[in-house]
Amino acid sequence: MTQPPDQTAPSRLALAHVSKSFPGVKANQDISLSVRPGEIHALLGENGAGKSTLVKIIYGVQRADEGQISFDGRPVEIASPKAARKLGIGMVFQHFSLFDGMTVLENIALGLDETVPPEELKARIKAILDSYSLPLDPDREVHTLSVGERQRIEIVRCLLQKPKLLIMDEPTSVLTPQEVERLFETLRQIAAEGCSILYISHKLHEIKALCEAATILRAGRVVAACDPRIETTQRMAELMIGAELKYLQRPAASKQGAARLSVERLDMPGEPPFGTSLKGISFSAQAGEILGIAGVAGNGQAELLTALSGEHLAGRADAIKLDGRPIGRSDAGARRAAGLACVPEERNGHAAVPEFTLAENVVLTARHRLPLAPSGLIRQGPVERYAGDVIARFDVRTTGSSALAGSLSGGNLQKFIMGREIGQRPDVLVVAQPTWGVDAGAAAAIRQALVDLAAQGSAIVVISQDLDELLELSDRLCVINEGRLSQARPVAGLKLEEIGLLMGGVHGESHVAEPAHA
Amino acid sequence: MTAAILVSIFMTLAAAATPILLAALGELVTEKAGVLNLGVEGMMLCGAVAGFAVAYSTGSVALGLIAATLAGVAAAMIFALLTLGLGSNQVATGLALTIFGIGASSLIGAGFVGRTITRLGPLFPADYAAHPWLRLVFGHDAIVYLSLALVLAVGLFLRRTRAGLILRAVGENADSAHAIGYRVLAIRTAATAFGGALAGLGGAYFSLALTPMWADRLTAGRGWIALALVVFAAWKPGRLLIGAYLFGAVATFELQAKAAGWSFVAPEVLAMTPYLATIVVLTMMSLGRRTGGRDAPACLGKPFPAQ
Repeated sequence: MTQPPDQTAPSRLALAHVSKSFPGVKANQDISLSVRPGEIHALLGENGAGKSTLVKIIYGVQRADEGQISFDGRPVEIASPKAARKLGIGMVFQHFSLFDGMTVLENIALGLDETVPPEELKARIKAILDSYSLPLDPDREVHTLSVGERQRIEIVRCLLQKPKLLIMDEPTSVLTPQEVERLFETLRQIAAEGCSILYISHKLHEIKALCEAATILRAGRVVAACDPRIETTQRMAELMIGAELKYLQRPAASKQGAARLSVERLDMPGEPPFGTSLKGISFSAQAGEILGIAGVAGNGQAELLTALSGEHLAGRADAIKLDGRPIGRSDAGARRAAGLACVPEERNGHAAVPEFTLAENVVLTARHRLPLAPSGLIRQGPVERYAGDVIARFDVRTTGSSALAGSLSGGNLQKFIMGREIGQRPDVLVVAQPTWGVDAGAAAAIRQALVDLAAQGSAIVVISQDLDELLELSDRLCVINEGRLSQARPVAGLKLEEIGLLMGGVHGESHVAEPAHA
Repeated sequence: MTAAILVSIFMTLAAAATPILLAALGELVTEKAGVLNLGVEGMMLCGAVAGFAVAYSTGSVALGLIAATLAGVAAAMIFALLTLGLGSNQVATGLALTIFGIGASSLIGAGFVGRTITRLGPLFPADYAAHPWLRLVFGHDAIVYLSLALVLAVGLFLRRTRAGLILRAVGENADSAHAIGYRVLAIRTAATAFGGALAGLGGAYFSLALTPMWADRLTAGRGWIALALVVFAAWKPGRLLIGAYLFGAVATFELQAKAAGWSFVAPEVLAMTPYLATIVVLTMMSLGRRTGGRDAPACLGKPFPAQ
């Protein structure tokens, strides 16, 4: 479908011997790669492999210490993001560079280098949203949007500039399978029109499906360059982590016990003005089970998590029961003490206090279940031991338990937070997006820890937009859409298309009720 | 006759509101860019004394106003150098700037205490304002009109222009603004300078228009009121205008009550009313806003680059 790229044409982007050091770390060493016009080129690597630094150099956020960058065959100095955009380089960031207090329209206008009248800009945005079927309201303020919706702003912002090279940093982590497929079609179309794409992802099968070339980084160096269409995913993963990949070890037949967490007809009004109301949510999670909750961002996942964690109390105490005890009117601390732990989606500011050290962050949630501060005084020794255990067990890359939570990369902080909760051995663990932004090796470790926790008799609820993850982890799966939860279905024998339809809002209650249709 | 009295009361009100409006408007722009400059009172005093000194020496009120504006900018640049250039704490530096302004104005003004000048007169010729109602429109001095025009201009700038959008973006998320490629420190410095210019001008309004005579600590804490007004107005220029004139009204009431010789209220209590009213209104506004969105710029007072 795509013609073979012209080998004689100069590379769209060529890096030669690029190096970059920070105090104490060589982030990039002697990196060379080249991207042809219209090529979709994958950049693979674990957290800390140097992908982010390399991409920041290409986008002009940081300067290389050594090496040469060429664009369209000419050597260039990329001094600033503005210079990068002038060359025709666009970037969708992993940590979105958005302004929470401003509207979608204002956010997009800020990313443009020329002044466009608001009405005209609105029309251009609408044209892009329509042609790529991305739902987004230009007049909403960003702080009211879900992660998935925020990402769309970034994508639209880049597409408006008709770039020659588009850098995509983990673009699919929050999309449904249908949306991913649509995005891929879009990206292929963009590439066919001559724009090169530098695609960063941990999802190897996506890279296989989309990319024509791949450069694999490990510890700041290029360890391999390959054609992902030919190379096996396992081989690429092993190159990336430098060791053999472990597969999820599940108990042969997970035996299921009594319901540990049961939710019955839970209603909760959404936070005005744009929150989603929860309507009659009912489900139960049994001992030894992992229950997956799928859905497109912004369909009530955040509300469900805060309702379960106790940040928002339910109307009735018996709407939420833990081991048969009603806890719907108990606050978050009481629920933790009773054995219900929650990991929200947002790491900085919700799951952890970025200005606190890792040890202090341990005290904040673990003191209810572990004797860390029995009489109100913090016991420094046990706290640091616990934090140290989490860091060691989950391979958190940090300087130690006295490092500030905000100084960790997103993936590393996620490993720490997951470890902190899993280590408390909660009776019920509710997690949102357990491995978002975490590399393949670490994600496998987190998933294994969840499976192990369930095997010990805990019930686990995973709220995620990553369907692959849910299918790999869950015993049963349900879908949340517009604040309503479908019935849970065993994952075995469930078709991907069917879940996708549920996520997209084609409810078909009868299909859900009758497994015979599956 | 009653019309003349009402008009005269309103003229006093507008005059009392104008310096606070100017200083608060400047601070609003500064804060929108994410800089919390608590030195408004100090910058006002710098402007007041510089304006008076120049007007007294040259005999020109216009030159005095220009000097006051420049003095305000100079004071703001001390603040910008320390906080934006050297990364010092904004709150502490702002407080220090106020103390510095009080001291410096006292020192420079020592030789001028008790001296008088010809005050800033109405902008339009007297026969425009012969009729009491016309006086309401044409009877003010140039700074009153300037302050009203600036409210409109700042409102349009922040809402409608690209430069205003960028300024708000810097105050909302400095890291993202930097990542997109905007020069955060340069924009913040410019916004701080604008804040200083208007604070200096507001300060000079005291020494050149309200009381054409130098006295120590002439601004009497109005810089703090201006700071509070920015919060009360939820960082919106239109509400700032209402707030400043509300404060002017209460201050005028205080003067009128004193003049009428209300003996059943202690004069100290009357002198308290403008400040008390500000606190009450502030509290009511923040109670009413609890369910609404967030008003303060998200990066207000946070250093860039983050430490």
